[in-house]
Amino acid sequence: MLNISFPKLLLIWIAVVVGLTFAMPNAFYGRVETRNDAMAIIETGQTNARLAADAAQWPGFLPSSLVNLGLDLRGGAQLLVEVQVEDVQASFLEGFWPTIRDALAAERDAVGFVTREDSQPTELRVRISQADGATRAFEIARGLATPVASFTGAVATNIEVRIDGPVLTITLSEAEIAAMNERTIMQTLEIIRRRIDEVGTREPTIQRQGAQRILVQVPGVGSANEIIELLGTTAQLTFNPVEGTTSNPDASAGTGNVLVPSQEAPGLFYILERRPVVTGEDLENAQLDFDQNGRPAVAFRFNTSAARQFGDYTLENIGSPFAIVLDNEVISAPTIQAHIPGGSGIITGNFSVEEATNLAVLLRAGALPAELTFLEERTIGPELGADSIAAGQVASVVAGAAILVYMILSYGLFGLFANIALVINVGLVFGLLSIVGATLTLPGIAGIVLTIGMAVDANVIVFERIREELKTAKGPARAIELGYEKALSSIIDANITTFITAVILFTMGSGPVSGFAVTLGFGIITSLFTAIFVTRSLIVIWFARTRPKTIEI
Amino acid sequence: MRLRLVRDNTSIDFFSRARIWLGISLVAMVLALTSFLIQGLNFGIDFQGGTSIRTQSEVPVDIAAYRVALEALELGDISIAEIFDPSFDANQNVAMVRIQAQEGDERIATETIEAVQAALRAIDPNMSFPSVESVGPKVSGELIQTAVIAVALAVFAILLYIWLRFEWQFAVGAVLALSHDVILTIGIFSELQIKFDLAIIAALLTIVGYSINDTVIVFDRVRENLRKYKKKDLKDVLNISINETLSRTLMTSVTTLLALIALFVLGGDVIRGFVFAMIWGVVIGTYSSIFVASTVLLVLGVKRDWSKKDPSAGTKYGHIDT
Repeated sequence: MLNISFPKLLLIWIAVVVGLTFAMPNAFYGRVETRNDAMAIIETGQTNARLAADAAQWPGFLPSSLVNLGLDLRGGAQLLVEVQVEDVQASFLEGFWPTIRDALAAERDAVGFVTREDSQPTELRVRISQADGATRAFEIARGLATPVASFTGAVATNIEVRIDGPVLTITLSEAEIAAMNERTIMQTLEIIRRRIDEVGTREPTIQRQGAQRILVQVPGVGSANEIIELLGTTAQLTFNPVEGTTSNPDASAGTGNVLVPSQEAPGLFYILERRPVVTGEDLENAQLDFDQNGRPAVAFRFNTSAARQFGDYTLENIGSPFAIVLDNEVISAPTIQAHIPGGSGIITGNFSVEEATNLAVLLRAGALPAELTFLEERTIGPELGADSIAAGQVASVVAGAAILVYMILSYGLFGLFANIALVINVGLVFGLLSIVGATLTLPGIAGIVLTIGMAVDANVIVFERIREELKTAKGPARAIELGYEKALSSIIDANITTFITAVILFTMGSGPVSGFAVTLGFGIITSLFTAIFVTRSLIVIWFARTRPKTIEI
Repeated sequence: MRLRLVRDNTSIDFFSRARIWLGISLVAMVLALTSFLIQGLNFGIDFQGGTSIRTQSEVPVDIAAYRVALEALELGDISIAEIFDPSFDANQNVAMVRIQAQEGDERIATETIEAVQAALRAIDPNMSFPSVESVGPKVSGELIQTAVIAVALAVFAILLYIWLRFEWQFAVGAVLALSHDVILTIGIFSELQIKFDLAIIAALLTIVGYSINDTVIVFDRVRENLRKYKKKDLKDVLNISINETLSRTLMTSVTTLLALIALFVLGGDVIRGFVFAMIWGVVIGTYSSIFVASTVLLVLGVKRDWSKKDPSAGTKYGHIDT
């Protein structure tokens, strides 16, 4: 008998109502968005009449999550950056040199003099003058290694030491490299987030992609350039002792020293001690200030321990110059006039007010642990996005209307049932997208339109089957029942294969493509649900009421 | 009176000219592959690297002037194309400028983009750039790789699924049919030199899904009819099955095409290539599920004694163990 039990019927329609309720906020996009923004501010503790009014625009008991609009619809900029993790490994080894030098120097009797040899950045080579002390030197170096927690649980140390005659070669262990890269990426993510938040754009997406890449999406930005400027600076600030100056860019700086160009005077190079006295990491605060001549500068303050270090250094080196180095350029190289005990000071240079402000922001947010390379940038203007939405809406409405008319012409009353299911189907796709917080992109809209076209497919399969079953004259109720029963296998097979492709698209694709895959996949799920349950329950309800002797389909 | 695409009880013999259909398909595939090998695809920046800038100006687009302005920058291969769309305003003149990836650049060069924009603004100071996209060679290489893997994986997954649900002959038929569709789609893109980018890969995979969907519906009926008409020739059973499902096949193609054509005409120029690929795919997919997949099945033959094992199959997953 053609029947669906009441609890089942209830469940089906509850699912429909819940789905549509979640879809509803999207029909009032602007209003709900204003409300959500207001709520977000109120949650931070602020409140005023305007915020309260904004928050009251949408009742709190209704769902308020919206489908996110992708950058291609909203406008904004997207960047894919790669973190040069190798930098961090190199600078770790750089920092390790004084440690091992001091440790070996303490045992001068056994190992003799310690010198550093030039090498690849991935290793540190140390030569000792007494070759017979190599074993002892090896032990000392090994003793400096610290354990690293590794995922496998195996005990690993952070460095590996090899010995080749009187030369010790120190490299990072694989476990340490993995742990270090992980730290670097997490730190970079955090700093990127802070820098972008400082600028105050709404809802940026900062997402890790793969081993060493980060995807940054900032809606509402006019050009990816603005973000590049913000992220392109490492903002690595160091204070290094000055050994001398030269105008020869190829001059040999000597071991342990580096040659750094001057920002103020092109052609001038400073020879600096490679190891900084203090670094920007120890900064507690930085802000725009002006020097005694009224020129823009950046005022800074160190934390306590760095302040002591800086104080000690200035006390010992009164009269000699030191360099303020930002991203491998000497900004200024003042001479130490007096002991600077408080750990605060100002950086002067050829800054405009804007540059000084920006530098302060970057110093506050912290230095990036490694340089970033930009692999991909996309900027979409907001008007283009708005045009795309408008075009997508028009196309959806026209497509929908054409299909609705066509279905009624083809299947009459049953076509109407299928149409109701189709409208519900589109609502449910939006409901699902809102619930999972998915992002709607332009290809995603195409996915929805395609779903509208394909959603009727399951109904068509059933209706065609009912037509066939009617020919063998089993009576309408039996024909409908058989139609559904026999069509089910085809419907499921056909949809599973399409679903497989949607899943593959989602996992392999990025950005717009995965947006398309999400709507396509959800469309398949909801169209199966509406075809098998919703249309059927409509038919069952109609049939129970009218009890027709014959049906035309 | 109902609108019917297909009369009731058709009994078209789809195999009387099977050789002709297969011949046409083969020739078309050869042509597609030849075009692909000789001309190659017009890869977008997603796959080739480079920068693509959309310009918008109130002054009519003068491609020659754009070219002269940009050639002064010595950026190598530059392509400029004007874009027309019915949704544009009267004084909305849009063009796409594409610049190849600069040699030796691992990363994208912001300076290049700025130089290009400045050069174009010299022609029209009010020119705006609604979209600027730039992909470095490193990423584009990976994107090609991922795209190829995705398509191969989809085809393989479907092969596996159909094989589990039906018999291997069905799987071979289905996969040949969808390879046919993919090859012809790539062929038309290379022949017409339509921009081939990431979105087209999405379209290709959708075509794969759609084509297989159609094929499965026919195969499902074939399987059912093989049980129903045990004495009939495979050829007759195939014919009956295709005829029975013909109405549905065409009906669904029409509704899908209605939706896609609406999108093609009204959906704006940004996704037009994508929608074109899908329209083409739906037409080809419908053809191939009727003519290619079933013909392959006819050539390979099907084992007929499987119906005895599980009489309830057809409504449940009774054949997963085949």
